[in-house]
Amino acid sequence: MGLTAVFGSGAGTSSYDDFHQTAFILLVGSNAAEAHPIIFHHIMKGVRSGAELVVIDPRRTLTAQKAHEHVQIAVGSDIALVNAMAHVIIRDQLYHKDFIAHATVGFEAFAAQVANWTPARAAAVTGIPADRIESLAKRYAAAPCAMIAWTLGITEHHNAVDNVRALINLALLCGNVGRPGAGLNPLRGQNNVQGGGDMGALPGRLPGFQDVTDPDVRRKFEQAWGTKIHATPGFDQTQMFRAMEDGQLKGLYVIGENPAQSDANSQHVQHLLQSLDALVVQDIFLTATAALADVVLPAHVSFAESEGTYTNSERRVQRVRAARNAPGEARDDLWITASLARAMGHPWPILDARQLFDEMRHLTVNYRGMTYERLEALHGMQWPVYDETHPGSPVLHDRLWRPETGPKAPFAVVEWEPPVEHTTLEYPFVLTTGRRLPFFNTGVQSNLYEHPHNIGEWLEIHPDDAAKLDIADGGLVSVQSPRGRVELPAHYSLAVTPGTVFMSFHFPDDVMTNDLTIDATDPQSGTAEFKAAAVRLAPLKVQEASTRKEA
Amino acid sequence: MADEVTLTIDGMSVAVPRGSTVRAACEAALVSIPTLCWHSNLEPANACRACVVEVKGSRALVASCSRVAEEGMDVQTASDRVRNSRKVVAELLLSTSDADLAPDLLHLAEISGADKNRFAGGATWQQPVKDDNSLYIRDLSKCILCYRCVEACGEDAQNTFAISVAGRGFNAHIDAGFGRELPESDCVFCGNCVAVCPTGALIGKTEWTLRQNGQWDEDRISQTETICSYCGVGCELNLHVLENRIVKVNSPMDHPVTHGMLCVKGRYGYEFAQAGE
Repeated sequence: MGLTAVFGSGAGTSSYDDFHQTAFILLVGSNAAEAHPIIFHHIMKGVRSGAELVVIDPRRTLTAQKAHEHVQIAVGSDIALVNAMAHVIIRDQLYHKDFIAHATVGFEAFAAQVANWTPARAAAVTGIPADRIESLAKRYAAAPCAMIAWTLGITEHHNAVDNVRALINLALLCGNVGRPGAGLNPLRGQNNVQGGGDMGALPGRLPGFQDVTDPDVRRKFEQAWGTKIHATPGFDQTQMFRAMEDGQLKGLYVIGENPAQSDANSQHVQHLLQSLDALVVQDIFLTATAALADVVLPAHVSFAESEGTYTNSERRVQRVRAARNAPGEARDDLWITASLARAMGHPWPILDARQLFDEMRHLTVNYRGMTYERLEALHGMQWPVYDETHPGSPVLHDRLWRPETGPKAPFAVVEWEPPVEHTTLEYPFVLTTGRRLPFFNTGVQSNLYEHPHNIGEWLEIHPDDAAKLDIADGGLVSVQSPRGRVELPAHYSLAVTPGTVFMSFHFPDDVMTNDLTIDATDPQSGTAEFKAAAVRLAPLKVQEASTRKEA
Repeated sequence: MADEVTLTIDGMSVAVPRGSTVRAACEAALVSIPTLCWHSNLEPANACRACVVEVKGSRALVASCSRVAEEGMDVQTASDRVRNSRKVVAELLLSTSDADLAPDLLHLAEISGADKNRFAGGATWQQPVKDDNSLYIRDLSKCILCYRCVEACGEDAQNTFAISVAGRGFNAHIDAGFGRELPESDCVFCGNCVAVCPTGALIGKTEWTLRQNGQWDEDRISQTETICSYCGVGCELNLHVLENRIVKVNSPMDHPVTHGMLCVKGRYGYEFAQAGE
């Protein structure tokens, strides 16, 4: 979202190989060693070649332990830190003056605003001493090229887009975009998040991020598809739930998602799903969401039986091939969706994945030069690929360094806001959530293999906090937020600081973490603040736990 | 040219980029060099001595996998000294280790004319398999201490540093720290060590079990390259399918995303795709 606003396309600007050749890597809100292990492999190749690695994260994760410096900031204080870094870089004249003059707009307003963000002020917000902020800013600015990468620690906040814009500001300030070894990279959490966006699975976009409100764009697709396209963007997920609350949205068709367990404040979500007139769920498993459905369309086809493409975090479009036969009468998602349209009276042709891809690429400049043959021969291709002789694009936005820059990149004035929910005497701890290496999301895929470290869900708590509350290592605790309550074992951990606790959301059938999380969402991206909820903790005795579970 | 060096290999002149190894120069000259511990994606460990060549003016044979090519070097890859050295390397390894699943070692033995019984009857590394987790087996009877697993677990790929070589001399062995079982060690079960093991000493539990039961049949296993369904990194998976079931996953060593490396979910987390069938 932030990247689209600044550069025109919502995608990482670099390649994984750029980590090998950069001088400085700033990882923000990303536990890549656990959540993106093979990107971490690329990052560590860069470190081995001499890059400095700085990890900004409230937890001392596996990733943070490998960094030259771990900046253990308070949850949700990223903008304060990044604005103060910009403050130092501007104050000491360390920014890239030529690049800013040539390729950006809005520098003066930005500089005026971060003038207020002294390192001393940011220190009070982030918990990081001012001299460390000064030093970090100077090292980032001094690096001949630097990469910034982030994950959900940046985007799962109520001010997600502002967080991203703050990081983009920092890169623009030092000219760290559009050239090798320098860039801005959201590490995508799910295998085809990038591909979904690329294909227009966004309310206001058609394939290739083409704007649905643009009449020329609509005309092109209307001609190809022989149908009228609404000029008004639809709802994003957050808006859909709001429309359900208002009784405006009464039917929902869910394909391969499990919002009943994956969305924040899940009891409320489940209530909304139950209140629909019609809920249709298409999935390979009878998920918690499917269990609420009026109609379940059993796809019965996993990635291992599917044909098509996925697009990864470096915009690499790669072929997905069927390795095994699906059972019995199983049908893939394409067939189900097209057949549903036909049953509703629309004469959609039943296309296979390649036919569909060919139709799409002729309507989508970024994908135009990709054919299945090229994708297979080249281990995938990085968009944009303008024609069938184009080699693909490892680095985006190099136009910013050319005489004709095209649209200039705007700085944004972004102000720090604390997480929506504050700790109080009643709820004195910050709960932050994330992934653990062996598992994935709500466990639909990852809980079916036998991992030696699978002990279910647990709460990470600092031993000092545990001692105050008389919580034993491995002892059962209750965790209560204003929205819900769960019980689970607590384990001592030095990864969290006192006052902060951590849980994953991989075992929702046993521990419904998202009963606790807050559905405060970013108004622009619609992402919820999974990373910060206020909770209280209490130790439980075993018999107490079982009786209270009944109640 | 300044960024190239020219050397002679078996009497043939070849120019290679400065910094290339002698092994790479031999490859450029289309001279095949046998290797055991060398791996395209790992730093040379200089452990096996299979790749030794004779360099004029050098007293000892040199490991071509790590020795950097120099201007004017005169390299012999098939002299009597070289051939005899390779033959003894193969004979010693065959006397101690089970080479059933070690094609590179068997190849070395074959091309060097090794007598596999020459040192038979001495001490061996025969020992029970270590079956301490659900994902992969350690059969150290097959280990030749090539160090590839150590390199892959460490800074060449995984950066976990769970395993190393412990003990000295004949008692040297790969260990997860203080003799611990893997689940108690720092191992995160990515299986990147398994991916680079050249002898089957490290082997997926599913493959091992099928082999034990006589059901592993390469001719009936299809291989399909596709993309992992977990996070957004986009790792290419090579799914090995036997009787419509996934039995093994690896990734091509030349893939730009993975370099042949995967995480535990990609390599072992596939059961959901065939659950309930």
